[in-house]
Amino acid sequence: MLDCNVKLRTENLSCIRDDRVLFEGLGFTVDPGQVLLLEGQNGSGKTSLLRILCGFREPDSGHVLWCGEPINQSSYYSDMAYVGHMDGIKKELTVLENLKLHLALGQPGKMTIPQALDKVNLAGYDDTLIQALSAGQKRRLSLARLLITCNVLWVLDEPFTSLDKQGIELIESLMLEHCGNGGIIVMTSHHDVNLPNENIQRIRLA
Amino acid sequence: MTMFDAFSAIVRRDLVLAMRRRSEVANPVLFFILVITLFPLGIGAQPKLLQTIAPGIIWVSALLATMLSLDSLFRSDFDDGSLEQILLSPHPTSILVLGKITAHWLTTGLPLIIVAPLLAVFLGLPNQSLSILLLTLLLGTPVLSLIGAVGVALTVGLRRGGMILSLLVLPLYVPVLIFASNAVEMAAMGLPVNAQISFLISVFLTALVLTPWPTAAALKMSINS
Repeated sequence: MLDCNVKLRTENLSCIRDDRVLFEGLGFTVDPGQVLLLEGQNGSGKTSLLRILCGFREPDSGHVLWCGEPINQSSYYSDMAYVGHMDGIKKELTVLENLKLHLALGQPGKMTIPQALDKVNLAGYDDTLIQALSAGQKRRLSLARLLITCNVLWVLDEPFTSLDKQGIELIESLMLEHCGNGGIIVMTSHHDVNLPNENIQRIRLA
Repeated sequence: MTMFDAFSAIVRRDLVLAMRRRSEVANPVLFFILVITLFPLGIGAQPKLLQTIAPGIIWVSALLATMLSLDSLFRSDFDDGSLEQILLSPHPTSILVLGKITAHWLTTGLPLIIVAPLLAVFLGLPNQSLSILLLTLLLGTPVLSLIGAVGVALTVGLRRGGMILSLLVLPLYVPVLIFASNAVEMAAMGLPVNAQISFLISVFLTALVLTPWPTAAALKMSINS
């Protein structure tokens, strides 16, 4: 699934918002099997950094490189998946309809839709409208999107929001599995992440 | 999945969404019918005058009905984060955007075309111009959706984009309005309308080819806030 030079690299990134420098000269490399955990207070630029990594925002200086190439010139968008603050699911559609659309937007991954729903404990909810789901269930559904498409890099913004204890453990086990398969995760979280320390790289934004 | 699968998945999703929000989607066509039925009441018993201005009435109403529906094109996708997911797709954003515009036309433009003959008869439009009216609507309403999409994509990130949207989009609608209502008028008098129809065809094809790119670029800009 991976060749050995797959990695996410940033060089000299900086982000300025409303004349306030959020970070500058930020450079890091995340190798396969690693988790990059972004820490920092509210407003320290964690989400801005993730949005730069997604290509939604242009960095004020510096580059984001995927496999050594700038992200808009490489296969980046077929290799990455993003779960942000907003779930990105349509509340008038059913669980299955939402996942099918997401699958059509990307490339099929190693799990089918029923397998992924089973994995996030949403089996049997196929034909339920999103309106009828709880916040935690919606969160698990948006994380199920990561499983059905083919991707190496997960960009997660506060993935544990509104999840209960079991939900958090479940997502942690999925993340561990993803890293074990050579995946890369970049995430922010206010919760402590329960993953083996050798996998984790921490960056503190101030 | 191929690009075409992604395109048709977007169209299908938006049609299903439209079916589930029926009242919202029925708004533009209801507005169209209401405005047109009010004109004969306002003008009074002057069938000749009504007949003369009928093409203009129908086209202006169609234009305003489309304007009314534009905001919903990207609004809910922007608010719930679906737009981010669409932009992150490895497929070209312009194609996916074209899927959304197609669904928008199917849910707003097409119903207008379906009710238009009835309203044309109601306004006393001569029968020989009916087919030309339908042809202009068929060519013109997709242009309204295509050009409108650029405007909405630019303003979707603003909190009160409604006014700016009208200012941006209405001037671009004017050529379509002029040529389309002129074609119907000429047809009512039994004159040839080849020139107007050719113009509308060229505008339609140009808009079809040229608007998805700026729409995609504008969405990328709007999401960066």
